[in-house]
Amino acid sequence: MTKFLELGISGVSVGIVYALIAMGFVIILKCSQAFNIAQGHIVMIGGYLGFTFLVMFGLPLWAALLAAIATATVMGLLIERLTLRPLVGKPVIAVVMMTIALGFCILEGLAILIWGGQYKAYSGVIPTEPIRLGEIHVPAATVIRAILAAVVVAALMLFFRYAKIGLAMRATAEDEQVAQAAGIKVTTVYAISWIIACVTGVVGGILLGAQAGVSLSMADLGLKAFAVVLLGGLDSIGGAIIAGLIVGVAEAVAGGYLDPLTRTGGLSTIFPFIIIIIVLIIRPYGLFGTRRIERI
Amino acid sequence: MALRSATFSETYAQDMALLRTRTQWVILLAFLAFLFTCPLFMDNTWLTIMIMIGISVISVHGLNILTGYCGQISMGHTAFMAVGGYASAILCGKFGFSFWAALPCAALAAGLVGLIFGLPSLRVKGFYLIMATISAYFIISWLFHFQLPVEITGGVFGRAAPKPEIFGIVLQSKASYYYLVMIMACLATVVAMNIVRSRVGRAFIAIRDNDLAAEVMGINIWAYKLLAFFIGCVFAGVAGSLLAHYYGWASTESFPFINSVWYLGMLIVGGMGNTTGAILGSVAFGLLDYLVIILAPIIARDFPAVGPQASASLSLIIRGLVIIVFLIFEPRGLAHGWHLIKAYFQLWPFSH
Repeated sequence: MTKFLELGISGVSVGIVYALIAMGFVIILKCSQAFNIAQGHIVMIGGYLGFTFLVMFGLPLWAALLAAIATATVMGLLIERLTLRPLVGKPVIAVVMMTIALGFCILEGLAILIWGGQYKAYSGVIPTEPIRLGEIHVPAATVIRAILAAVVVAALMLFFRYAKIGLAMRATAEDEQVAQAAGIKVTTVYAISWIIACVTGVVGGILLGAQAGVSLSMADLGLKAFAVVLLGGLDSIGGAIIAGLIVGVAEAVAGGYLDPLTRTGGLSTIFPFIIIIIVLIIRPYGLFGTRRIERI
Repeated sequence: MALRSATFSETYAQDMALLRTRTQWVILLAFLAFLFTCPLFMDNTWLTIMIMIGISVISVHGLNILTGYCGQISMGHTAFMAVGGYASAILCGKFGFSFWAALPCAALAAGLVGLIFGLPSLRVKGFYLIMATISAYFIISWLFHFQLPVEITGGVFGRAAPKPEIFGIVLQSKASYYYLVMIMACLATVVAMNIVRSRVGRAFIAIRDNDLAAEVMGINIWAYKLLAFFIGCVFAGVAGSLLAHYYGWASTESFPFINSVWYLGMLIVGGMGNTTGAILGSVAFGLLDYLVIILAPIIARDFPAVGPQASASLSLIIRGLVIIVFLIFEPRGLAHGWHLIKAYFQLWPFSH
């Protein structure tokens, strides 16, 4: 039971970060109908940015987060303006290919060019000594990570509820043409949605990197976030949060109990992909997504 | 020579022929003559590039039928190549098949695995299908890498794939392997061209353009989508088998995920839904490789800070930029440009 609780807690803490990354994806999808396959690579870039600010420049955590968020804002603006804006109204495959090229080629290439593509550890940035809760040992980093991710998620929820631009984004997601008729500048909404996606990705990358370090393979985390997105329903932010927690816990528990049963290489590495296939076959619209009805 | 005003067909056979004029025959023969004399004047670097182009032409033909014609976007193409590569290496190495018997089996194996992972396409499309095929890649490569019995797949090390042998001659040299690859690439091109202008090909196009309308018109979507997966993966299996025997080794490292991205990129750059496009795209990416081979040492010399990683990052960034530029400025790809050039010469001197 103790093992189960420990696994559960570490799963929740990873799950919140998954939820954060998945939210970025869902926000872009809702606002501009673009599938952002590059989300995982944005996370990876975030991990490297965190390494740069925390370790190379030696900034404290809050300053590093702010600097990373500022960089992410610029990155989001550039990505939207240079690559996605010319494709508005083009078929799905063009947009998907664009984000694939962006992530797998440009961002990964830049990461190799700038950081050499090697594994970098954030040593001693976030305390790692365990916190004891009765029988259960939880690393402090896990708790800090969960709290920070939860704060960002909450901030985003408030943003969509109270900020004017947040409301405009929800209106655009509801109906683009009506939003435009009501005087909302849809292109700004697109730009903001990319900025938010980059910020959530980068923050997620730093939080994950703080514990396990960062390498090029961190981009695969984005693929895990897709499992979250699909499970939660493609167009549901609340779904993304709940599914993030489910996938995080399921992965940790599966890693703890199933990996010893299989050969090396463990089931937990491809667990998200199995979730994807199962969801797609049984319930493609996810737990909370809108069921699509097609007519000719 | 009398100036021709247009190409007139007097019989249906003439109208349907792939090569309809004498000029086309001359150009094709000249191209084939060039293709099969390459090893005489090319050095090893170029031969390697040409072999890679040949293998990707075969693979991209498959992807083109699946994605370009049938509209089922697949990012797991490399996984099906891996199935082909492993199947042929295992059959040759463990069960003593000859390469020529193993190749069709490998193609069939890839096709069957493709059928299994094509099943989600019956329910989902677009982005969902991309996710399903990405998952397919990771699950298949995880199976090969870790889970299948080590005696068969060789586990993390992979498995040796002996060089093919014909009439007692082992295709050991690059030049001899080049001929094998090019013959297969030409065959694949002919097959691909004829598939897409048959009844099956027209059904694929109808499904791509509007699958609901296609179903209403009486096309069995269920069967044709699976058929598209099967055909696409058979091509991938052949390409994978050729690749494994070229490297002499089948391992998951020979079939990295990024290759699926490159094959889609070749399709975009060449022109989707166009057999010529598949060839042009593969050639374009092969030439980009050569560009990187030339550029990387120069960059490494002038910017020592990024020296060691210049080659790896450059090849990614250059290819990515090319894909992006084509998506924005010429989504119909090189094949469209090729078409414009042909039209210009056909209409000359009245091109306007």
